[in-house]
Amino acid sequence: MALKKVKGNFERMFDKNLTDLVRGIRNNKDNEAKYIAQCMEEIKVELRQDNIAVKANAVAKLTYLQMLGYDISWAIFNIIEVMSSNKFTYKRIGYLAASQSFHADSELLMLTTNMIRKDLNAQNQYEAGLALSGLSCFISHDLARDLANDIMTLMSSTKPYLRMKAVLMMYKVFLRYPEALRPAFPKLKEKLEDPDPGVQSAAVNVVCELARKNPKNYLSLAPVFFKLMTTSTNNWMLIKIIKLFGALTPLEPRLGKKLIEPLTNLIHSTSAMSLLYECINTVIAVLISISSGMPGHAASVQLCVQKLRILIEDSDQNLKYLGLLAMSRILKSHPKSVQAHKDLVLACLDDKDESIRLRALGLLYGMVSKKNLMEIVKKLMVHMERAEGTLYRDELLTRMIEICSQNNYQHVVDFEWYVTVLAELTEMETSAKHGCIIAGQLTEVGARVADVRAFAARECSAICSRAAASPPGPATREVLYAAAYVLAEYCQEEQVMRESVSPLLLCAGVGGGHMRARAVCVHAALKLTAKLLSIYEARGELTAALSVVREALAGLRPLLCSEDMEVQERAHNAHALLALVMRRLSPSDDSLPPTTTLLDHDQSNGLENETLGCELNGEGPKGFSGGLIEELVDLFDGELKPVAPKAQKKVPMPPDLDLDQWISRDRWSSDSSSSEEEGEGAVFAAPPPDPRPTAQFTPEELQMLREARRQEQANNPHYLKDDSPRSYQQDDIPIAEIALEVPLQIHTKRSDKYLMTRESSKKTKKEKRSSKKRKSKKAVHTSESESEEGGGMGVVAPRPAVAEGGELPEGAAPSDEEPPPPPDDPHRALDLDLDL
Amino acid sequence: MIKAILVFNNHGKPRLSKFYQYFNEDMQQQIIKETFQLVSKRDDNVCNFLEGGSLIGGSDYKLIYRHYATLYFVFCVDSSESELGILDLIQVFVETLDKCFENVCELDLIFHADAAHQVLDELVMGGMVLQTNMADILCRLQEQNKMQKAEAGISAAPARAVSAVKSMNLSQQLRDMRLPDLPQAIKDLKF
Repeated sequence: MALKKVKGNFERMFDKNLTDLVRGIRNNKDNEAKYIAQCMEEIKVELRQDNIAVKANAVAKLTYLQMLGYDISWAIFNIIEVMSSNKFTYKRIGYLAASQSFHADSELLMLTTNMIRKDLNAQNQYEAGLALSGLSCFISHDLARDLANDIMTLMSSTKPYLRMKAVLMMYKVFLRYPEALRPAFPKLKEKLEDPDPGVQSAAVNVVCELARKNPKNYLSLAPVFFKLMTTSTNNWMLIKIIKLFGALTPLEPRLGKKLIEPLTNLIHSTSAMSLLYECINTVIAVLISISSGMPGHAASVQLCVQKLRILIEDSDQNLKYLGLLAMSRILKSHPKSVQAHKDLVLACLDDKDESIRLRALGLLYGMVSKKNLMEIVKKLMVHMERAEGTLYRDELLTRMIEICSQNNYQHVVDFEWYVTVLAELTEMETSAKHGCIIAGQLTEVGARVADVRAFAARECSAICSRAAASPPGPATREVLYAAAYVLAEYCQEEQVMRESVSPLLLCAGVGGGHMRARAVCVHAALKLTAKLLSIYEARGELTAALSVVREALAGLRPLLCSEDMEVQERAHNAHALLALVMRRLSPSDDSLPPTTTLLDHDQSNGLENETLGCELNGEGPKGFSGGLIEELVDLFDGELKPVAPKAQKKVPMPPDLDLDQWISRDRWSSDSSSSEEEGEGAVFAAPPPDPRPTAQFTPEELQMLREARRQEQANNPHYLKDDSPRSYQQDDIPIAEIALEVPLQIHTKRSDKYLMTRESSKKTKKEKRSSKKRKSKKAVHTSESESEEGGGMGVVAPRPAVAEGGELPEGAAPSDEEPPPPPDDPHRALDLDLDL
Repeated sequence: MIKAILVFNNHGKPRLSKFYQYFNEDMQQQIIKETFQLVSKRDDNVCNFLEGGSLIGGSDYKLIYRHYATLYFVFCVDSSESELGILDLIQVFVETLDKCFENVCELDLIFHADAAHQVLDELVMGGMVLQTNMADILCRLQEQNKMQKAEAGISAAPARAVSAVKSMNLSQQLRDMRLPDLPQAIKDLKF
């Protein structure tokens, strides 16, 4: 036993200290983790020793390992032990470990309260100072509450070092324990005029932090600060004070007027760039807050802009950056003054420094005009091509789209150009995220700018063809989503439509991961086929019709077993619908499946015979499909209009809506009978009223009609498809009929808004407002708009060139903003009225 | 407010890290890694301000850094701090380190991260600037080190001797010279 003890003591002398640990880690680069694991075990043994020196050594090593990313929270108790040592050396080690690893929610923090109190009241100022520094990193609510008084006492200590630290510490106390602010405030105010400049500076620092979040409570201190500003020579403090005034002036314009003169003097006199820059910033804040009526206002703006120009032209990149940053602040209130320095900003776009280019980009939106937009965008496109780093690229793309789309596309004269830019951006194949943004723009321009639709459809057709020809990149995969929609929705040119059917179906078959556009492509192909069929039918071109249906059916066939569920579902729907048409046009065609999966051949024949019978009975000529194509086209009729962002929230509650009422079968069936009368006008109406009395339906026919309705619904993107289709096959579920035939009076869904657009488009309030713009834009695009409006959209009222806003429920104002939900901010609790 | 102060070398190895807002260790390492990636790809002749850094901060925060030889000194600050002021502060920090270590280099920070922390604690407290006057800082540090020396007194002598021996890199050899294991015969003897 004795021998063992001797051995233990001897080895203790050679315990690894921090230096050994660091050296060991450096010597074990190849198996660092293993070496550190071994050291951790040693440390754990050391921590079990009674000797405080050994423990402190272990804790010092733990602190180092913490920096390397090792969790040392398990040693919290040992750290507290070392903190409580009487020796300053060990205390220092303990408090350092605590400040690095403890946090407000650490367990066992309550064990430290009395120890810290003892340290705060220690004779030696450095022990108290050490405790304050450490505490500032991990103070919790409980510690703040229990120690607030001790810290407040230190604020009046005779030693400036402690006063300074205690003042700063109080801010941390306020954050955790807001109740301390009111009693401590008079003392804090007193410290603003402390004889020691360090204490003064600390007090200014704390008040600035407090006032930044709740400026109005500190307006009464303005005279004190004003005096400090005019007397102090400490640049650090001056910067803080001037920053504080920047926060106060928006609340008190008179203060701003008083400030302008001393600040202007400082701008002229100071040699410290940091101070000069903050002065300019605060002058800008003053200029923003007060109206232009003040004498010398224009001169002040000029002075700022000129000083900033000097900064931007400086060879020091830091000054250049800050100059641009401050320019962006002036830009908001005095765009004209900044625009005079357009050359400077544009030059900065080519700077080698990314931070500076980003800043210049931020200024660009104020620099563009109708004249130079194209040129600037061209420049940005070049940057886009050679940009490295996603951050800059992301910023470029968003800025480019921002400057083009700002103020409802105010600066875009030629939308064909803009669509082309979007297409080119797509071709760069940057990232899926960019694809999403571009897709959003394509849809928006399509929806808002009627004049460019034909062109956009052509461009989109090109995008689809390209994606079909070679595997699409990440951006195209996203853009296809919008391209397919725009193409199918707005295309009016027969040739473009005809050439797009196959590419769209090919796109729907593109593999390589999930692509949300695929299902849309299937739907778009069906939409185009329907449109084409209606054109051909009008002209009586049966061969052309047969060829397009055949092509579509052939394209759909591989999709019938697609691995993507939605693609498969839509392909089945489209296939069944087109098969129906095919059977009507050419019952024995090769492209028809031998037996349809959805329809029994005999039944469909039965229906055809009946419908044909109807025609013979004098229904009038309906083309070669017997009205089938017309009904197919009806599925896609009507224009989709943008909905205002808050429309959903503003839908008024219908007075007769009683959510507590039981939904009984009786009520619903009575509703459904009344609704059938208004079915004709609805956009996505239930099947048109049948000339035959309902009683004549055989069960098979009923089945048939249900099937057709189901098809229609499935292909209609505006129906919610959460009901499984199978449920319709069960006769005893009445809900199926409700969904089909009752136009809901509660318009709580976006899709419902769209449904109503055709009927309510006359009521749209937005159109009037933008009519002025429409005139100017029309002039540019007359030829196109004519061709388009002649193309069969005449039913709908004429649309503005760039439709603003969106649809809102009747009587709702578009502007009322809702305050953002308050963030979880400790400063909210510090919003106290301190004028007592 | 200063949210974090990071010092790492040209390879991204942390040499000193101080977070004034709590992040767990994994997050701290991620922040250091991300910050290193942002800062290291920038040339030396570009500006010292950097926006972005998704992990730490947000739009109100900025990275302000300086690159000295093999080390990056990065401060993450919010908009209440003056950009040029923080650049000056970094300079003060480095100059103070230089005074304390006499021609500070990366090795000093590697082996004396604790001393560097002590310097930093006199500069910044809880994320707020405490003192920017280098003479004052040095004076405070000297007085504290004096206290530490007084405490060590005579008892520190053997420890210093051992550490001197260790510095000669004999420790490994000494460690290898293990005491022989107790003979099995003695171990088996039961009292």
